[in-house]
Order: sequence, then C-alpha cells, then structure tokens
Amino acid sequence: MYTFPRQLKITALSFIVLGFLGMAYGFLAAPSTVEEAQAMVATAHHEGEAHGDTTAHAMPANDHAEGTQAHHDTEEHASNDHGEHLLHQLQNKPWAAVYVAALFFMMIALGTLAFYAIQRAAQAGWSPLLFRVMEGITGYLLPGTLIVFVLLALSGFHLNHLFIWMDPEVVAHDKLIQGKTSYLNVPFYLIRALVYILGWNGYRYLSRRYSLAQDEATDIRYHKKNFQLSAGFLAFFIVTESMMSWDWVMSIDPHWFSTLFGWYVFASMFVSGITVIALIAIYLKSKGYLDKVNDSHIHDLGKFMFGISIFWTYLWFSQFMLIWYSNIPEEVTYFITRIEDYNLPFFAMLVMNFIFPLLILMNSDYKRKYLFIVMAGIVIILGHYIDVYNMIMPSAVGDQWFIGIPEIGAFLFFLGLFIYIVFNELTKAPLEAAGDPYLGESERFTY
Amino acid sequence: MESNQVIHALYDDDDVLMSAVKAVRKEKHHIEEVYTPFPVHGLDKALGLEETRIAIMSFIYGCIGFSIAVLMINFIMIEDWPQNIGGKPSFSFLENMPAFVPVMFEMTVFFAAHLMVITFYLRSRLWPFKKAENPNPLTTDDKFLMEIPLHNNEKELTQLLKKTGAIDIQVIDKEAH
Repeated sequence: MYTFPRQLKITALSFIVLGFLGMAYGFLAAPSTVEEAQAMVATAHHEGEAHGDTTAHAMPANDHAEGTQAHHDTEEHASNDHGEHLLHQLQNKPWAAVYVAALFFMMIALGTLAFYAIQRAAQAGWSPLLFRVMEGITGYLLPGTLIVFVLLALSGFHLNHLFIWMDPEVVAHDKLIQGKTSYLNVPFYLIRALVYILGWNGYRYLSRRYSLAQDEATDIRYHKKNFQLSAGFLAFFIVTESMMSWDWVMSIDPHWFSTLFGWYVFASMFVSGITVIALIAIYLKSKGYLDKVNDSHIHDLGKFMFGISIFWTYLWFSQFMLIWYSNIPEEVTYFITRIEDYNLPFFAMLVMNFIFPLLILMNSDYKRKYLFIVMAGIVIILGHYIDVYNMIMPSAVGDQWFIGIPEIGAFLFFLGLFIYIVFNELTKAPLEAAGDPYLGESERFTY
Repeated sequence: MESNQVIHALYDDDDVLMSAVKAVRKEKHHIEEVYTPFPVHGLDKALGLEETRIAIMSFIYGCIGFSIAVLMINFIMIEDWPQNIGGKPSFSFLENMPAFVPVMFEMTVFFAAHLMVITFYLRSRLWPFKKAENPNPLTTDDKFLMEIPLHNNEKELTQLLKKTGAIDIQVIDKEAH
C-alpha cells in the first residue's frame, strides 16, 4: 500500500493556502465603480507600455467592433458605455481566473477517465499496471466537477457575469441569443450539467468498485462487467463531452459557434490526462513504487502524448483554417480578438502544444528517457492550461487579460487540491490491480 | 573454400522461434537469415541486428518534401501568378500560409513515404521481376524458417535445433549467388 508522503502533503497544502490567498487578492482588488476601473486601466496602460507589451493595450476601442459583449451595451448606454464595459471585464477577471483553473484540472481528471475507459473497453494488455494510477487521477473528478458546477450555478444566480446569455437584460436586446433561449436558459443548463456530472461520476464509482472487487475475485466476472460498463460509458461520454464543451466553454461566447469544438476540447483534455498519468507514474517509480512498470509502458504513454498532441493541432488547425479562410464576420471575430489581443498566449500555446512535443518526442529513444517525458509533460500541461485560458478569457475580460496573482493563485490552488486528492486516492488501494486477468501480459510487456 | 551447405530449421510458432533464436545465438552459431510470414516483435534485437537508420532518412525526406512544398507553392501562388486567397489579396506568403499548410503536410508525407519505400527496396536489393530468395513457400503462410551456415558441424547443430522445438530440419546445398 502507498502512503502519502509528508513532504508532498505539505507542498500540496501550501499550494492550496498560497493559491487561496492569490484568489482572494484577485477578488479584493477588483474594482467596484467605473471610476476605479478607469483609474486601474490608466496605470496598467503605463506599466504595459513600460514592459513593451503594447499589442494588448494599443487598441482599447477594438472590442467595440469585435467583442460580442459590446454590441448590446452600445445602444443602451451610449455615453458611459466604455467605462461600464471595462468595469464588467475587470469584475469578471478574478472569476474567470478561478473558472479557467477549475475547468482545466477537472478536464485532466475527465480526460484520464476517458483514457481509462478506452483501456477497459479495448481490453488492452499493456496498461493494467497503470490502472490504479488512472483511478487515482479520476478520484479528482467528483470534487472537480462539483466545483465547476458551483461556479456555473453562481453564474446562473447572477453572482458573476461570465456567461452573458444568463443576463435577461442582455438577452432582451440580442436577437441572436433570443433565438437560442430554448437551449441556453439557466434551469435547463444546470440540469444538463447535473446529468453529465452524474453520468461521469456514476461510471467512475462503479468502475472503481469493480476494479477493487476484481482484486479479490476468483473468476473474471468483475473484469467483464467493467468491460461492458466502459463500452457503454464511452458512448455516453462522447455525446455529453461534446455538449459539455458547448455549455461550459463555447456558450461563454454565445454568438460564435464551431461544429468541431467538442472534439477540440476533447483532444485537449485527453492529452493533458495522458501526460498526467505519465508524470505521476514516473514520480511513483522514482520513489520506488510501481517497480513492474517498465520503460515500454512509459514509451507507450510517450507515444500517446506525441500522437494526441498532433491530433490536437490537427483539430485546432482545422477549426482555425476554415474560419480564417471563409472570413465570415460573426465567426472570424473569435480569432481576431485572439490574434490581436492575445497574440503572445495564442502563439505560445501552439509552440508549447505542438512544436515542442513534436520535436522532443519524435525520437523513439527519447520516449524511454524519463527526463524527456517529464520535460515535454510539464510544457504540455502548461500549454493546455493556456489553451483553456484562451478559450475563456477573451470573452470574459476582453483585452484586459494578464497572467498575474489571481491567475497564478487559482492555478496553484487547484494544483494543490488536485495533488492532495489524487495522492490521497492512491493510498486507498494497492498500486497493482492484482486480480486483473491481463496483469501478466502487462508485466511482460515489451514493445 | 568453405562449403555452401546451410541448415534450414522450420518452426510453427513465433514464441518458439524467438527462444530458438536466443538459444542458437547463445551457442555462438551465426544465423544467416530468418524468414517469417509476418514481422515478429523483438526478433531484430534477438538476432543482434544493427538498428535501422531508416527513421533518420524518413525525417530527412520529410524535410526535403516540406522545403519543396514551400518553394513550389510560393512560386505558384505568390510569385508566378499572384492569387487572391480567401478574399485577402495580400500576396504575401506568410499571411496566406494557413491555406498552404495542407499542401505542405501532404508533400511532407508523400516524400517521406515514397522515398522511404524506395530506400528500403534499394537496401534490400529488391527490384521488379527479381527471383524470390525465399527458400520455402511455407514461410509465406504460417511457418518460420531459420537459416544457419554449416561448418562441418551438422550433427551438433541438428541436435541443438531439435531441442529448440524445430518441426523440420534440412541440410541444403545453397547455390552461390
């Protein structure tokens, strides 16, 4: 049995405390009046120029033409519109920071759950030695999804304005959103979220129970049950994951739509999940656990990291190129805000999620060297955090983005929570799924 | 002059073949060739073959294909007959680059794949209408064949191969080629 090392526990808890302080600072520092907001931007503008970061601030009037939020306000309050708009963006900022980090770590657990279900449904022979690591990571799914649900519910009760379609005032002046109200309304939205959360966590609970029961079983009854359950879950998952991505991510920009968005978000969570499996497996190995996990298992995880990184790029590019090429105003605004206001994170993300893993993980031998997997893994994790950041922030805060104390605080808070819950879950069961019928094959596995 | 005699041992299972290869190599016999109906994982390592360099060549071929695609499309779409791409008549390669990515990708794959196959044929001395070197047609079905040159040690080798689970052992005079 694995015991939670004291040092790691202290690290996780200090991340939580530090992160909480950072988040609290973000909420306290948010402006409450238009004057405060304008004063903040005036000082930030000077700082921004001093740092040579002119692209983000050079065109403050830009979001009037492009940002979807701006459309409704202009007709109503023409005089004080810009200040009001700015205030909303700055008030959204700490909420968006929390939401991005909460969503990102929830997606790691969800991506791992999908990977786990695929291993079960495919009856893969190589991976059973890693089942307990995956089950540990998916232990974060319940708290992770519940936190996201609470944030969505708070938005639904108008405690924050992340989702502008939830504001009846906005909908009253917006024909496009009016046409979508039969799907985009708060009660149905929250019920849908509950259905996804129940379905995913229900599978996770049952599958974990069967997995533990198989350890003691004399036949492979539980293994078969897990196989059937996983196949069913995957069908449920691919539909609900797609809807989740429309609901929780795409609807933040209610005028914009992309038909492959569900796949794109899936690729992001899938590669993050696989990377975290590899990182935790390597960490446990370095501490002397998982001695039967050999280089070939890490090699295979490295292949998945490499392959799914390219898959993610393929989807990202497919989405980008069609919209860029057709140049339809209501679609192309999405990328114009990202390229003009988010130039650095937008292109840095491509380097981190595509070019870096492509070059470093291409060589077969490098995928067996733990140093390279860890290096590529950390860059991939940070890259996909920025990916989620780019999905949420432009619609929430416009050009007022900055990765400062609130954002880093939220990331640290959820990182600490993730580490604490995952490693706590790892202590609850033996690290080897002893009863799995494919365990022998997994032990002998060489590529 | 050495004799051209070789011994052919036939196996009917890839796992048995693998352990046989290891046993024969342990006795310091040189294995000339192994014929299998499908690629056997780890056989190259068990035979002690040098690692293939075709992966490096594939990378280089891919880079060549990528460069040719860039040069080609820059000439066709930007220099020779400037095109208005996606309603954006900028006539700049960099600004129109997203539209060219599919072409660059396909050319990279095309060059890497085709040149790699040609390289493989050249290295393996394969060309059209070449007479098959395969000594036993069973190896194209479900049997595995190991070929070991003989140096007046027929008895010893036959015994060893029998022990490793060969289903048939033959001594053959190989014609020089």
